[in-house]
Amino acid sequence: MENKIAVQVDDLTVAYNYKPVLWDIDLEIPEGVLMAIVGPNGAGKSTLIKSILGILKPIAGSVSIYGKPYDMQRSLVAYVPQKGSVDWDFPTTALDVVMMGTYGSLGWIKRPGQKEKKAALEALEKVGMLPFKNRQISQLSGGQQQRIFLARALVQNASIYFMDEPFQGVDATTEIAIINILKELRKAGKTVVVVHHDLQTVPEYFDWVTFLNVKKIATGPVKDIFNDDNLTKTYGINYKVSIQE
Amino acid sequence: MSSAQIEIQVIASLVAIACAIPGTFLVLRKMAMISDAISHSILPGIVIGFFITQDLNSPLLILLAAITGIITVVLVEYIQKTGLVKEDTAIGLVFPALFSIGVILIAKNANDVHLDVDAVLLGELAFAPFDRLIIYGVDVGPKSLWIIGCILLTTLGLLSAFFKELKVSTFDAGLAASLGFSPGVIHYGLMSVSSVTTVGAFDAVGAILVVALMIAPAATAYLLTTNLKRMLVYAMCFGVFSAIMGYWLAHILDASIAGSITTILGLIFFVVYLFAPSKGIIAVLFREKQQRTEVFLLTFLLHLKNHNEEGERHVNHLNEHINWQKVRSKTVLDLALKNNMITINNKIVSLTEKGNDFTAQAIDYIITNEDTQIEHMKDDFFLFRG
Repeated sequence: MENKIAVQVDDLTVAYNYKPVLWDIDLEIPEGVLMAIVGPNGAGKSTLIKSILGILKPIAGSVSIYGKPYDMQRSLVAYVPQKGSVDWDFPTTALDVVMMGTYGSLGWIKRPGQKEKKAALEALEKVGMLPFKNRQISQLSGGQQQRIFLARALVQNASIYFMDEPFQGVDATTEIAIINILKELRKAGKTVVVVHHDLQTVPEYFDWVTFLNVKKIATGPVKDIFNDDNLTKTYGINYKVSIQE
Repeated sequence: MSSAQIEIQVIASLVAIACAIPGTFLVLRKMAMISDAISHSILPGIVIGFFITQDLNSPLLILLAAITGIITVVLVEYIQKTGLVKEDTAIGLVFPALFSIGVILIAKNANDVHLDVDAVLLGELAFAPFDRLIIYGVDVGPKSLWIIGCILLTTLGLLSAFFKELKVSTFDAGLAASLGFSPGVIHYGLMSVSSVTTVGAFDAVGAILVVALMIAPAATAYLLTTNLKRMLVYAMCFGVFSAIMGYWLAHILDASIAGSITTILGLIFFVVYLFAPSKGIIAVLFREKQQRTEVFLLTFLLHLKNHNEEGERHVNHLNEHINWQKVRSKTVLDLALKNNMITINNKIVSLTEKGNDFTAQAIDYIITNEDTQIEHMKDDFFLFRG
């Protein structure tokens, strides 16, 4: 069933100041999977996503999205950065943040109009944040901020979604709301890649998983490869401790 | 008012507007210190440009100075990237080095001309009307008016063209990069505009005070609004207001115009810092006090909810049992009464239905931390506004 490859990563090596944080990664992400990237802190999970999206420049290797370089396929990809990566005191509203998702299709200089606003309102509705559209973003709770980020990705109407720890610092209701939306996306044939921390929820939330610790340990269907063997290889002998943390 | 006076005020106002635009983005990007660095380190560019053209208002000089400004930013980022020092240290290393090169160049070569260290540091707006632009023998106004006017028009043009790009890359550089708006291009674009504006403003207000015109109005506006467009407009207004008030303060005191403008900027910031409706110090203190009272109120309501026996619900009991002082007890009782949450009969306090619901919801919120259910309570109570 999963015949098409949505994202192909070949021999990717990324370094900060000549110290490799990702070492010779080969990865194929099939179309239509809901995939978790797991690994200990400093394993290079966010770095992998950022390199795929061209935010970081690798020192070796290449990435292709449906067979073409990222630069040519931008409109097919949406990105949800870590919530902590932005300044939530920035003077803007929830609606405005979601509108930013439409900027990519507008290109340089052109300004968003009614069409973009309508799309943003629909996305807000989908994540249950419509009543908060005019709220200043610092006045939102952590879970609400994460929903806004998700709405911003939804408005891009992409084929592939990359999310960096969307469940960090959100309440249980928001977590369920987010995972339901992700599952809906998968149902609609989209590919969703999520950097994930909570190992316990992996079998419940995802159907595909990649173990990463500077090198790629394993990638494949959760039911086949989510086992003690791979967990131990990724997290070292103490992996059970990290689950409890 | 003489025409010279009007000209000075117009120049000062245009400088203020031109500075407020890049200043707003510098403040939001937490790069206020970079404007300080640029304003100082463009000096060697200005001096070298002056040696070549012998004209303090030549476009070449502005170009050279802007290039030095960009070099400053590049050097700061380069030193920072080595990971050996932090950004503030890198700034502190780069701009004095470049500035001192400029100072030495002036001292060695330009002592006998108009360019001197005082003028560079402090500027002299009062002389601006004397340097006229003459085209085909017709006097079209002061040169600095034309220079800053051109810079302002360019800045406004760039701002309206790239507002969306500036906004997204300032708020979320990662998203901007993934959407194809190179944050590097926008970053250096902003740095170029800051450098050019600094050179244009520099003649009027000098290297030190141009920083005040960039940062103070934006910082003041930041305290007053949660809307980026409004923040820009407020910053421009504060800038223009300070420029004009500063001019008249200088006129009255017979003092430096640039110094007076900066004093007014500082005063306005201080007043807003104290009295801003939601971010000001007084509002914050008031909110904290209210939140404290509301915590007590909730404690009290919860106590009522948990106890049916009259002894526990007697007014005097508040003082004895919950261990509160009279004043606090009264504040809490008044607040509860005002909100119709309790009734008092013969000094026995009872929860009303509203009080009961409120307590249940509040406790529920504190346990589950679910925001959506208490939206309606946020308007009346500070406690739930995060």
